[in-house]
Amino acid sequence: MSTPAAIRSWEAHFTQYRSVWKTNVMGSFVQPLLYLLGMGLGVGALVDDSGRSDALLDGLTYFQFLAPGLLATTAMMIAANEAMWPVLGGFKWWKKFHSEAATPLTPNEIAGGVALWQITKSCIAVVGVATVLALFPDTRSWGLLLAIVFGTLTGAAFAAPISAWSATRDGDYSFPTINRFVITPLFLFGGAFYPISQLPDWMEPIAIATPLWHGVELCRNAVYDRLEFWPTVGHLAYLVTLAVVGWVMAARSFNRRLTL
Amino acid sequence: MNPPASTPLIEARQLVKRFGDFTAVGGINIEVRPGESFGFLGPNGAGKSSTMRMIGCVSPPTSGDLNIFGLDATRHGKQIRGRMGVVPQLDQLDEQLTVQDNLIVYGRYFDIPRAECKRRAQELLEFVQLTDRADSKIEPLSGGMKRRVSIARSLINEPDLLLLDEPTTGLDPQARHVLWDRLYRLKQQGVTLVLTTHYMDEAEQLCDRLVVMDGGRIVAEGSPNELIREHSPREVLELRYPAGTNEEHAFEVEGIGHRQEALPDRILIYADDGEVALKEVHARGSIPESVLVRRSSLEDVFLKLTGRSLVD
Ligand SMILES: Nc1ncnc2c1ncn2[C@@H]1O[C@H](COP(=O)(O)OP(=O)(O)OP(=O)(O)O)[C@@H](O)[C@H]1O
Ligand SMILES: [Mg+2]
Repeated sequence: MSTPAAIRSWEAHFTQYRSVWKTNVMGSFVQPLLYLLGMGLGVGALVDDSGRSDALLDGLTYFQFLAPGLLATTAMMIAANEAMWPVLGGFKWWKKFHSEAATPLTPNEIAGGVALWQITKSCIAVVGVATVLALFPDTRSWGLLLAIVFGTLTGAAFAAPISAWSATRDGDYSFPTINRFVITPLFLFGGAFYPISQLPDWMEPIAIATPLWHGVELCRNAVYDRLEFWPTVGHLAYLVTLAVVGWVMAARSFNRRLTL
Repeated sequence: MNPPASTPLIEARQLVKRFGDFTAVGGINIEVRPGESFGFLGPNGAGKSSTMRMIGCVSPPTSGDLNIFGLDATRHGKQIRGRMGVVPQLDQLDEQLTVQDNLIVYGRYFDIPRAECKRRAQELLEFVQLTDRADSKIEPLSGGMKRRVSIARSLINEPDLLLLDEPTTGLDPQARHVLWDRLYRLKQQGVTLVLTTHYMDEAEQLCDRLVVMDGGRIVAEGSPNELIREHSPREVLELRYPAGTNEEHAFEVEGIGHRQEALPDRILIYADDGEVALKEVHARGSIPESVLVRRSSLEDVFLKLTGRSLVD
């Protein structure tokens, strides 16, 4: 029985991860947990006492509102960073992809292994956060399982286009900029911490246009069993399209760079 | 299964590689037969690695024909790569993995079952004498050890053809001899070796046949002995004079031997008999600081063909 090539390429990433997974998993847990406790409980007390939260948060407490969004934001951050340095470095510093290209693996399969690995990493992080949510009665639900899928998909939607970018870079100068001007703003303005209806009118469409908002909506609605058919289809279509188009572009970058 | 011995394992006709306007390989013809060990010798930028990467099916030729194992390299790259081992000019090992895991992970790329990868990894580490470092990470290993890991890794798929791009550059003499010995054993096992090198002694040691490349072209071809016989008299007389006085002394010894080369640090006189040439030097009253008579080597062939020294 032969194993699909992209999976065999994925195995290399996994083998490497095994030696660092402890610190890595801790890292992906701790940050969302801090936000959950710091914001969820602290800001939550403030918001819930204001008496306006019912209307604004669709009957959820602030803690309940915030928690599922962290599934999507965590996936975004993990996936985005996995798509920056490791992808550039695989070409430029460690030549990992070049050494794969000398074997029967094709550039498409190598890019496929990278994508699978980014999805895996996103999934591990999302499962970590979901486990935390399962500890709190307020956020414990079977919907978490579906939210894990949606969170992972959000990761893929970020990883793929960013990989396509990273695979064409010669240096890492742009990466801090991406973090500062794309990832962090999305984290703050993407609907995880408050409904985007709270944003100034001109900002709301921008927030809707970003992939994070769609991921946040999916995760939140999944956890509280509020998924509606057409909006869900819309969110999914958006994220899947981004992931697929991003991946096709990434694969093209890999092909170009590995067959000089 | 190799094709019958009469068909070449590698056959390149008018092979060209261009990068933009720049021609790295300018239309070369080569033929490597099964079991042979074949070398590309040349200075920096000669186009050795570019050629190797085309043979390795990771860099499509700009034009020309390239057949490996009787298959067209542009169309059957995947299949060809599966039967080939590659040691790139710079090690591309996964520094964060252990020596053993580097081999196993690489074997998986060839779809070799994990258990079999493990077995072969053990065997190969024994072969390159690194069994005791199997569980060490790559990072702390010395350059020579990393090179040996690279060679072990390239053998994980039991290749019929092994491509080695400057296998011993940067290694100390002892490490080089260990590697030469291992490569020689592979050759005895029937593996076809194709290697590039800057080093004449390496080419003389390892290659049945070689081409001298310069500026993307082949300037000479043959066995090491043939090349020396054809392009250089049997012996070389090396004369060293006090620094900076080479030119005037070159004038003193002009006409002795078949040919002369004035290098920055010495004058070489090519002659059938070095001792006779030396007598003549003395007879003319020229007194070098030191003299050396040696057999001519590929280095001298290279110097004659390109007018440049090989080692920078
Ligand atoms: N990807 C590339 N893009 C542009 N030019 C390249 C590329 N690869 C190689 N070259 C150029 O092609 C020429 C031949 O390079 P190559 O690496 O084949 O030489 P080489 O004989 O292996 O040299 P060395 O002994 O230094 O390894 C060089 O001038 C090099 O700059
Ligand atoms: Mg080279």
